[in-house]
Amino acid sequence: MLTFTLSFTRLRAQFIKEVLLVLRDPRSRMVVFVPPILQLLVFAFAATLEVSNVDIAVYNQDAGRWSHELVQRLDSSRFISLVRHVDSQRQLHELIDRGEVIAALAIPMDFSRTIAAGESGRAQVLVDGRRSNSGQITVAYLSTIAAEVAAEVTPDAQVSTPVLVRHWFNPNLVYRWFIVPGLAGILALFSALLITSLSIARERELGTFDQLLVSPTSTSEIIISKSLPALAIGTLLGLFMVSAGVFLFGIPFTGSFGLLLASLVLFILSVVGIGLMISAVSMTQQQAILGAFAIGVPAVLMSGFATPVENMPEVLQWLAQAIPLTHFLIIVEGSFLKAMPPSDILANMWPLAVIALATLTMATVFVRGRLQ
Amino acid sequence: MNATSQPKDGDGALQASVRRFDMQRLIALVYKESLQALRDPSTLLIAFVLPVVLLLLFAYAVSLDAKNVRVGVVLESPGAAAQNLAAAFSANRFLDAHFARDRREVADKLITGELRGYVVIPQDFEQRLVQPGGQPLVQIITDGSYPNTANYVENYARGVVQSWRAGLDVASPAQALVLEPRYWFNPELESRRALIPGAIAIVMTIIGTMLTALVVAREWERGTMEAVLSTPASVGEILIGKLLPYFVLGMLSTLGATALAVFVFGVPLRGSLSALLILSAVFMVPALGQGLLISSLARNQFLAAQIALFTGFLPAFMLSGFLYEIDAMPAPIRAITRLVPARYFVDSLKTVFLAGDIWAVFLPNLGAMMLIGALFFMIAKRATRKNLE
Repeated sequence: MLTFTLSFTRLRAQFIKEVLLVLRDPRSRMVVFVPPILQLLVFAFAATLEVSNVDIAVYNQDAGRWSHELVQRLDSSRFISLVRHVDSQRQLHELIDRGEVIAALAIPMDFSRTIAAGESGRAQVLVDGRRSNSGQITVAYLSTIAAEVAAEVTPDAQVSTPVLVRHWFNPNLVYRWFIVPGLAGILALFSALLITSLSIARERELGTFDQLLVSPTSTSEIIISKSLPALAIGTLLGLFMVSAGVFLFGIPFTGSFGLLLASLVLFILSVVGIGLMISAVSMTQQQAILGAFAIGVPAVLMSGFATPVENMPEVLQWLAQAIPLTHFLIIVEGSFLKAMPPSDILANMWPLAVIALATLTMATVFVRGRLQ
Repeated sequence: MNATSQPKDGDGALQASVRRFDMQRLIALVYKESLQALRDPSTLLIAFVLPVVLLLLFAYAVSLDAKNVRVGVVLESPGAAAQNLAAAFSANRFLDAHFARDRREVADKLITGELRGYVVIPQDFEQRLVQPGGQPLVQIITDGSYPNTANYVENYARGVVQSWRAGLDVASPAQALVLEPRYWFNPELESRRALIPGAIAIVMTIIGTMLTALVVAREWERGTMEAVLSTPASVGEILIGKLLPYFVLGMLSTLGATALAVFVFGVPLRGSLSALLILSAVFMVPALGQGLLISSLARNQFLAAQIALFTGFLPAFMLSGFLYEIDAMPAPIRAITRLVPARYFVDSLKTVFLAGDIWAVFLPNLGAMMLIGALFFMIAKRATRKNLE
C-alpha cells in the first residue's frame, strides 16, 4: 500500500466529488461563505479596545470655580455620553456597583479653596475594576482632562514635559486596521479547519470510507483530494476578506500582494493538515468537530490576535511558534500596514511551510495507519 | 407522528397531558441520552478538558497587561543628562529597553516586530533641557500596527520621561489638580480576574449551544429523530430527555471551572455560590435553546457546526463584552449584542465573582436570558413540528 501512484483522472474525479460534497447543498454553500463575511463586517466594528459612550458619575460637594470647570469639561468630553450628578457618596457607590457608570468622581468641599491656596486639589476617582482595561483607559482620559484644567490654573507653569509622539504605520491608532487583517486569518482558519476535519470523519461515520479504501486510490490521492476543496474555499475566503479590508474598510495595503497570496495558501495548507489529522483520528463527525474546536480555539487565543504574544510566559511563546496563525498574522499585518520587505515575509513563511509539511505528513501517516 | 399532534379540546388535552408526561419514560430517555453522551470521549473532552485548557490560557496566555514591552532607546547625545534618562528607561519594569546609537538600527526592527517602539534622545538634548518651552525633549515612535501595545508604549515612555524630569527640579510647584484613582473589585488590576469569569461563559456556550446542536443534528441526519418521534414519547419528553444530560454537564463544568478559578487562579468569589448556580442554570436555557434551534434548522452536523460557530461561539467571544467593551461599539452593533445571551451572562459573572451578590445587576440579566431562551425554544418547537409534516 506504500505506493505513491498518482492517477490524474482518479484525482480529478475525487476532487470534483469532494467539492460537490461541500457545495452541493445550497444551504451549505450559504453557510460556507455568508457567515464569515457577515462576521467580518460585525466584528470589525465591534472589536475595539478604545473607550467611548461611557457614563460617569460626579458627586460634587464643592461650589467653587475649579470643580465647575472640571465638570464642564467632562460634560463636553467626547468619550463620555452622560455625566450623572448625584448627591451622596452612597449613590455614587450604587451606580458603580450596578455597573451603570464606569467611573465616579468625588470632589471634596475644599477643592477650589485648596487650589486657590496654591496647593493640590485632590479628587477621588472610583473605577469599576470589573472592566479593568477600559477602566485604566478611562482614568488616562480623565487625567488628561484634569491636566487641561490644571493648565488653566497656572498658565505660565510648564505642566507637562514636551514629548513628541508619533505612531508609525497607523498614525491615529485605528483599531480596525489591526482587527480586519487578523479576522481574515481567523475566519479563514475556522472554515478550512471545519471542512477538512469533517471530510474523512463523515465518510467513516457513513461507512463509505471502507469503500474508498478498497478502491484503487492511494493514500496520497485521498489526502490530496480531501485537502484541495478546503484549500480552495479557505484561500478564496481569505482573499475576499483581504480585499474587503482594502476596498471596503480602506485600510492601506503597502506590501506585496503576491507574497501575501503565497503565504495565505501555505497558511491554509497547514490548517488543512491539522484538520486532516483530526479527521483521521476521529470516529464520528461529532468527534471531528469538537476536536477541531478543542484545537482551534486555543490556537486563536495564543496566536497574538486577542493579546500580544510577548505578554505570554516564555513556554507559551515557544508553543505559539507552532501555530500557523501566529506567523500568518505577522505576515498579514505587515503586508497591510508596514510594507514588510520580502526578507521579513520569508522569515515567517518558512515556519508555515514546515508546519504544513509536518501536519500533512502526519495526516498521511494517520490515514495509512487506519488501513492496517 | 400522531403522538406529537396536540388535541385542542379541554378534555382531550387533559388526557393527553397525563399521557404526555410519563415520568418513567422520561427517566428512561434521560438515561439513554446520558449513556450516549458519556460514551463518546469527545463529549468529555469538551466538557472537562477544554474548560481547563481555556482557563489556563486565560490565566496565563491572554493578558492585556503589557509587561516587558520591547522598546529601543536611541541615545544620540553623549551628555550626562541623556545617559541618566537612558538609565531611567532601563530601570522601568514595564519596558525592556534595547540601546542603540543610530535610529536606522531600530527602525528596521520596528518593521520585523522585534521592537514595539523606540525613544530618541536627540543630539542637542542638553540644550533643549535648559531652554524649556522650546523643542520637544524626546521623540517617541511606536508601532501603530498593534494599537493597544502602541498606547502602552506611549504611556510608559511618557511616564518615564515625566518622572525623570520631576526628579530633576525638586522645587517645582505642586500640581494644581490631582486625580486619585481607586479601582474597586480589582485593585491589583489583573486582567485575569476580569477575563476568567468571562471564560466560563464561553465554555458554557460551547457546551450548551455547540454540543447540543451537534447531538440533535446527528439524530436528524441519521433519521433516528423521526424514529424517536414516532414512539409514544411526546416531543416534550424527548427534548427534555435530550437536553437534561447536557444541562447537567454544563452545570458540572461550571462548578469545575469555578473551583479552578477560585482555588488555582486566585479569582475571588465575592458573591454566593447559589447566585452563581442560579445564573448558570438560567443561562443554560438560551444556550440549549439556541443549540436546539440550530439543529432543527440545519439537520446535518456540518451545517449545525458552522452555524453554531458563527452564531454561538464567535458572538459569545466578540460581542459579549468579555474582551471588547460594548459601550465603545457603534449603535447598530450594540443593538445586535442585546440578542447575544452570553452578554448578560458575562456581565453577571463578572459581578458575582468580583463584586458580590448585586441583584440589581442580576435580575434584568436573568430576565433577558429567560426571554431570549423562551424565544429560541418557541421557534425551535415550531421548526420541529413544521419539518415533520
